[in-house]
Amino acid sequence: MTPALWTLVIGIGVIAAMLGAATGMIWIERRLLARFQDRLGPNRVGPLGLLQPIADIIKLFTKEDWTPPFADRLVFVIAPAVVLLPVMLAFAVIPFTDFIKVSDANVGLLFFLGMTSLGIYSVVLAGWSSNSKYSLIGGMRAAAQLISYEIPMALAMASVVLLAGSLRLADIVNAQTSVWYIVFQPVAFVIFVIAGFAEARRIPFDIPEAESELVAGYHTEYSSMKFALFFMAEYLDIVLISAIATVLFLGGWNGPGLPPIVWFLGKMGVMIFVFVWVRSVMPRFRFDQLMALSWKLLLPISLLNLLVSGAVALAVRG
Amino acid sequence: MLSAIKAMWQIFLHLFRKPVTVPYPERKAYIPPRWRGRIVLTRDPEGAERCVGCYLCAVACPVDCISLQATEDENGRRYPEWFRINFSRCIFCGFCEEACPTYAIQLTPDFEMCEYDRKNLVYEKKDLLISGQGKYVGYNFWKHAGVDIGDDGKIDQKPPVDVRDLLP
Repeated sequence: MTPALWTLVIGIGVIAAMLGAATGMIWIERRLLARFQDRLGPNRVGPLGLLQPIADIIKLFTKEDWTPPFADRLVFVIAPAVVLLPVMLAFAVIPFTDFIKVSDANVGLLFFLGMTSLGIYSVVLAGWSSNSKYSLIGGMRAAAQLISYEIPMALAMASVVLLAGSLRLADIVNAQTSVWYIVFQPVAFVIFVIAGFAEARRIPFDIPEAESELVAGYHTEYSSMKFALFFMAEYLDIVLISAIATVLFLGGWNGPGLPPIVWFLGKMGVMIFVFVWVRSVMPRFRFDQLMALSWKLLLPISLLNLLVSGAVALAVRG
Repeated sequence: MLSAIKAMWQIFLHLFRKPVTVPYPERKAYIPPRWRGRIVLTRDPEGAERCVGCYLCAVACPVDCISLQATEDENGRRYPEWFRINFSRCIFCGFCEEACPTYAIQLTPDFEMCEYDRKNLVYEKKDLLISGQGKYVGYNFWKHAGVDIGDDGKIDQKPPVDVRDLLP
């Protein structure tokens, strides 16, 4: 098999697996959330309710696909089509194991940051083109939030890059064979996870779609599969952030005994669990609290963390 | 910050608790005996109908779902000729049960009365009348009040009060 063909096979496999994971997230999230709240969750469709996502997808397909007459038609249709693209592309640089990776780009981390930033476009465009106040407010909030949290996230990543000395994600994982970076960089890990919640627009930071004030935020006017694409992108974001956190801080595929892919997926699963866990605990931030957390707390701490770890690295390496 | 971590731990412990959900068709939740469900017409210990057709239930009913026609038997005792409850209207408030002077109409802990056809929710007397005494076992209205047909004595009936006695 030629390398190009191999890459293609891996690429299709990763796309299928991640879309499957995003669909499975529907079940995982609803079941886990239910257990946190002393309920059972969906348990009727298939064994343990495992076929619930399929039922949900069938339901979404049969819903009316409605474009509001007041919407900016072209952008309204393009926005949900664009939303999945950057997230899926970001998966290209993630090394699941030493062999299962689509691209071994030497600027992998930069590519990931670029792609998550591109994801803002679809949200803002969706908010703008819907031509409704809730959508617009949601889109604007999303833009402000995602840009604000990109910076502490990038700085937290920079302190990892400082230790590994490379932006290539495979190199970063290989540098963690003995000790995971969560040990050296606990502060950066916490900052990364908090910023990750904001990037994925998850519950303490879900003000772009705050249902109690904005109906559904930027996707208020969307229905059927267009809505499903936003839904899917949000779950894919969770999977993506979990995968990146695994690569940067939890040692990627490194681990004793079990095969590397099991280690990787296991660590990713723990991160996804944390996402759902935090959702069941935290209330939503107010908008000013959200901005204050990013600019007054996370940014100084992450800068300080980068400074200290840089100084320590310089002192140790000489 | 500390409180957030404490809250996260508390919520985590909930993972290991027994869910309070009762998976309904397989397992059924406990329903207390005085729960207000399907309405029945009961009989007295002799097996005769308790209902005396006084219309109090129909009057008390806030949604007018009860209708009946009283008639008399050969002894002069009243009973309903027909008795009809429209359960698609009934709100299960229990006012009819409270209004009933003879404990005839009673609410039971049965709520599984779904129908595919709305018309089937109109219960006639034969659907409502049960063979038992319901919640008030041993009570017989005719032993306490009502038309005396000479078959038995009254248990605790006092002679009528002379209302003029109370005048100053």
